[in-house]
Amino acid sequence: MQCKIDVTGNMVTAFLDGEIDHHTAKDLREQIDLAIEQHMPANLMLDFRNVTFMDSSGIGLVMGRYRNMQQFGGKVHILNPSPSIKKVLRLAGMDRLAAIENN
Amino acid sequence: MQILNQFKMELPAKSANESFARVAVAAFIAQLDPTVEEISDIKTAVSEAVTNCIVHAYKEKMGYIYITVRMLAGGRISVKIKDKGCGIPDIKQAMEPLYTTAGGERAGLGFAVMQSFTDKLTVRSAVGKGTTVLFHKQIRSRQ
Repeated sequence: MQCKIDVTGNMVTAFLDGEIDHHTAKDLREQIDLAIEQHMPANLMLDFRNVTFMDSSGIGLVMGRYRNMQQFGGKVHILNPSPSIKKVLRLAGMDRLAAIENN
Repeated sequence: MQILNQFKMELPAKSANESFARVAVAAFIAQLDPTVEEISDIKTAVSEAVTNCIVHAYKEKMGYIYITVRMLAGGRISVKIKDKGCGIPDIKQAMEPLYTTAGGERAGLGFAVMQSFTDKLTVRSAVGKGTTVLFHKQIRSRQ
């Protein structure tokens, strides 16, 4: 799965798209990690506005990026999750690790 | 237990089939006119169970996943997801939130999500023989 990545100043934004499961998470992880490695941003924005489905593989994806960003003091923000995605994120307590914001 | 309708499928434990499995189950139960949230809960639970088969049960060898969906009286559905893989030595431990044997990119929340998104979840497993996950969900028809 391809995701669009924008870099602005000290911020990397990944626009996630479609369905996030164990099958698609690997590609997303690689693309986001490459951007983190290259830019070491202060903030990583994960934009879920176009994500139509997510299971616990998506939690693994967010947790893994949270760990990577923590290594250099960066923060993770979760943008625009749908109600069903928010339900999965809350179940995993992700709202305690990353700010959930709606634009 | 009266079975009003039933659907069975088997598919190889390939990750590309995760999406197909949850969409097929959702399409079958669509005739009960579930809400968006009910559909989403069921798709998520199916996705977790199928992913467990692929990541854990058939980690060492390729095999098949067997899915049975039943519509029962009163808008209740049951979904059975069975594999003939390695089995789970300690089900209680496997179901603990955050417990995983799969490494850093797996959250260890598969069973927690299944439990939370269904009404009743039963897991049976035998080492070397396989695992069966059975869950029930009440569909509150929108009429």
